[in-house]
Amino acid sequence: MKRVGVFVCHCGSNIAAVVDCERVAKEAAKFPGVAFSIDNKYMCSDPGQDLIKKAVEEHHLDRIVVASCTPRMHEPVFRRATENAGINPYLFAMTNIREHVSWIHTDREKATEKAIDLVRMAVAKVLHTVPLEKSSIPITKRALVIGGGIAGMQAALDIADNGNPVVLVEREPTIGGKMPMLDKTFPSLDCSACICTPKMASTDQHPNITIYTHSEVERVDGYIGNFQVTIRQKAKYVDHKICTGCGLCETKCPNKKIPNSFEAGMGNRTAIYKAFPQAVPNKPIIDAANCRKLTKDKCGVCAKVCPTGAIKYDDQDELITIDVGAIVMATGYDLFPWKEAYGEYGYGKYPDVITGLQFERLVNASGPTSGHILRPSDGKEPKTIVFIKCVGSRDDVKGKAYCSRTCCMYTAKHAHQAVDKIEDSHVIVFYMDVRTAGKGYEEFYQRTVEDGVHYVRGRVSKIYQLGDKLIVRGEDTLLGEAVQVNADLVVLATAMVPSAGSGEIAHIVGFSTDKDGFYQEAHPKLRPLETFTAGVFLAGACQGPKDIPDTAAQGSGAAAKASAVLSNRSMETDPLISQVNDAVCAGCGVCVGICPYRAIELKEITQRAGGKTIARRVASINSGLCQGCGACVAACRSGALDLKGFTNQQIMAEVDALCL
Amino acid sequence: MKTIELSSVLTAGKAFTAKVEADSKVNVRSCYQCGKCSAGCPAAYAMDYAPHQVIRMVQLGLEDRVLSSHAIWLCASCENCITRCPRDVDLPALMDTLRRAAYKKGTVAEKNVALFNNLFLQSVETYGRPHEMSMMMRYNMKSGQLMKDVFRGPELMKRGKMSLRPEKIRDNGAVRRIFGRVRASSGGEQL
Repeated sequence: MKRVGVFVCHCGSNIAAVVDCERVAKEAAKFPGVAFSIDNKYMCSDPGQDLIKKAVEEHHLDRIVVASCTPRMHEPVFRRATENAGINPYLFAMTNIREHVSWIHTDREKATEKAIDLVRMAVAKVLHTVPLEKSSIPITKRALVIGGGIAGMQAALDIADNGNPVVLVEREPTIGGKMPMLDKTFPSLDCSACICTPKMASTDQHPNITIYTHSEVERVDGYIGNFQVTIRQKAKYVDHKICTGCGLCETKCPNKKIPNSFEAGMGNRTAIYKAFPQAVPNKPIIDAANCRKLTKDKCGVCAKVCPTGAIKYDDQDELITIDVGAIVMATGYDLFPWKEAYGEYGYGKYPDVITGLQFERLVNASGPTSGHILRPSDGKEPKTIVFIKCVGSRDDVKGKAYCSRTCCMYTAKHAHQAVDKIEDSHVIVFYMDVRTAGKGYEEFYQRTVEDGVHYVRGRVSKIYQLGDKLIVRGEDTLLGEAVQVNADLVVLATAMVPSAGSGEIAHIVGFSTDKDGFYQEAHPKLRPLETFTAGVFLAGACQGPKDIPDTAAQGSGAAAKASAVLSNRSMETDPLISQVNDAVCAGCGVCVGICPYRAIELKEITQRAGGKTIARRVASINSGLCQGCGACVAACRSGALDLKGFTNQQIMAEVDALCL
Repeated sequence: MKTIELSSVLTAGKAFTAKVEADSKVNVRSCYQCGKCSAGCPAAYAMDYAPHQVIRMVQLGLEDRVLSSHAIWLCASCENCITRCPRDVDLPALMDTLRRAAYKKGTVAEKNVALFNNLFLQSVETYGRPHEMSMMMRYNMKSGQLMKDVFRGPELMKRGKMSLRPEKIRDNGAVRRIFGRVRASSGGEQL
C-alpha cells in the first residue's frame, strides 16, 4: 500500500494570502493514497524540511508531494529532503500553487479550489512514480577551444592554468584573431598589439596548450565528457618543425600583390607569408591558390632560398582525432558586408569610403601607412573625415535589427585619433544615439567631444563623389536641418556579424544559433556561457557583439565552466531522460531527427523470433546527451519512447485526477 | 531651406564659437543636446529656436543665424535651465554673450528688448537706481507704443510702486564710475 505525504506551503503570505492552505491540506488528506497531510509557513526552510523527515518516520510515508513554488526554484531542495528522509528522491512530486495560483488569482475561494485540484493531480502522479537512480559517465580531462582570438586564448589559458590540457584550433595561420589588427583600445588607449601579442606568446608557450593553426574542426561525436573531435590540419607546405621563421622566403616570393586579410585589404602580402610580424606560430605558410609553383608548377623560389629546406610542395591535409571532455566555442565575428547592402554609400565603388577595421590599419603604426592617416585613393592626408555609425546595425531592412555595441566606442576612439593626428582637421560623426555602457566609456566619449569632434545626430542618406571630395548628405536632427559635408574620407562603423562559417561549425558541434546566426546561450541572463548542449560553452563575439573587456571576461567564464566539467573523473546524469521500449520500437528513426540534442541514434539488436535469431534496428538514447525534453516521446508513432519521471502513465493519471 | 555644408561652416565658425566660449566662459561642447533646458524654459514657447538649438548653432558656428535669432532676446534669464542642466552649461550667460554680440553686429531681432535693456541701464547710470516713470515714458515713446500700460500708472503710483521723481542714492558718482570702468574694459562698448 502506497503512503503519500502532502505538504502545503504558505510561502509566508505569498500563497496563504490568496489560498486557504489549511483547507488544501485537509482536502488532500481525503485523496486516495494520502496517509498524511499538513500545511506549513515555509516548507523550504530547515524546520519545513525537518517536517518531511519527521512525518516520514512517524507515518511511514513512501512518497512525498510538496505544494509550493515553481520546481525551478526549490525542486532540488525538496528532492534532497526526500532523500534525507530515506526515500528515493524521485518518489517526489512538486506542484506549483504560487506562480500558477496565488500570484495570478485574486478570488480566494476559486484559487483554493484550483490549488486542491493541483494537489490532487500531483498525488495521482506520484502514485505512479518508480524509484530512479542517477547514473554516471566518465570524463575525458581535456578541453577543445575553437577559435584563437582573444576569447579563445583567454579560455585556453585559464583552462590550462587550471591544470587541464587544452587543444586550441584556429582557422587562420596565426592565433590572435582580430585584436592584433587594432591600433589602440578604448577607453584607456593602450596599444592593442602590446597587450594582445604577449597573450599570444603565453598561449603558445603554455605546456598544457596544443595549438593547431590553419586547421578546422571537421567532425564532433559524443557527448559531455566524451567528445571525439576530428581536426583537419590544412596543408601548410612549410614544415614548421624545420622552419626557423627567418622570413627569407617572403622577401623572395615574386607574387607580392595579394590583398592581406590581416590588413583588411589595405595592404598586400606574398604567396608564402606570415599574416604579420608577431604571428604565432611565427612561421610562414603557402597560400596554395596564389602560389605559382602549386598552381602552374613554375617558380619554386622559396624552396631554393630556404636555408633549412623546410618548403614541402607535396604537403597534404592531415586528419587528427582527439578526445575531449568539454568544448569552448570562440569563433568571433566578421564585419557586416556593407558593400552588398548600401547603394547610397556607393556599394564600395568609392575607394575613400572604408570600414572601421580598415581605419584601424591606417592609423596603426605597423600598418601599411606606418600609422599615417592617408586616404586610399591618392595617398593624401584627409582634412575632413566623416564617421558614420550604425551601418548595418539597427537597420532592419538592409542590415541587422540589433545594436553592435562596440561601434560607438571605437568610432569615438577613431575620431579622437583623427583630430589628434591631423592638424586643422574637421572630424564629424553622424550618429543616432551614443551608447557608452562601460567603465570609463562615457568619460572617453565626452573627452572626444572636448577634443573638438563634431557629433551630428542623424543618418547619412547619400554619399557621392564630386571631384576629389566625397559629398556626404545627412540631416542634423537636433537642428532640424539638412547638412552636407564635403569630405575627404568616410569611415563606416559596420555591424558585427557572426564570423563566416560559424553556422557550419555550430552544426558540426551540435548546438543552435539565434535568428542572427549568433550562438544561442542556454539562458540570456543566468546561463549566458552555456549552450543547450551539455559540455559546450560560449565565449566572446560568437554569442553576440562584444568588446574586448567583455570578451576576455567571457573567455574566463567559459573556462571556469569547462574546468568544472573537467574537475571530476566522472559526472552524474539526471535520470529524468527518455527510455526506449525495444520490444515496441519499429526503428523508424523519426525521433532521431527530432531530438534537438542529437541524443538518439539507431542501434542494431538481435532477438529470437519464431525460433530464428533476427537483427533489427531500434532507437537508443545517449544518457549523456538527453536533456529530458520529451520531444521524442510526443513524436514516437509506436509509443516505444517514454520520459522517466514524466511517463505517459503519470500524465494520464494527472489528467484522470482532474477530469474524472 | 539651404543645406548647411558642415566643413566650411565649421571652418568659418570656429573663431565665433571660440569667442563666444571665451566671453561667456561657457564650454558649449559640454552640451549633449538632451533638451532639458528647452523643456523647462518658460519662454521657449515664444522662441524661434529652442534654447538647446541655440547652443547647437553655437557648437556648429552658425554665427549669422544665431545672432539674428529672436530666441536670444526672449530669454528671461530666469536660470531654470542652468539649475537643471546635467552638464552645467550656463545658458543664461551664453544668451547674454550672444545678445551683446548681436547688438554689436547690428542684427538685433527683438529691437524693443534691446531698447528696454538700454533704457534700464541708462536709468541706473543716471540716477543710481532705476526710475520707472521716466524709463517707461521713454520706452513708450521710442518704441512707438505711446499708450502701453499707461492706465496702470495711477494704481502703481497709489501703491507707491512708481513715483514722479527719481529716488536719490547716497553716492551717485560711484555707480557712474562702475559704468565707466565696465565701458573701458569692454573697449567702449555701448552696453
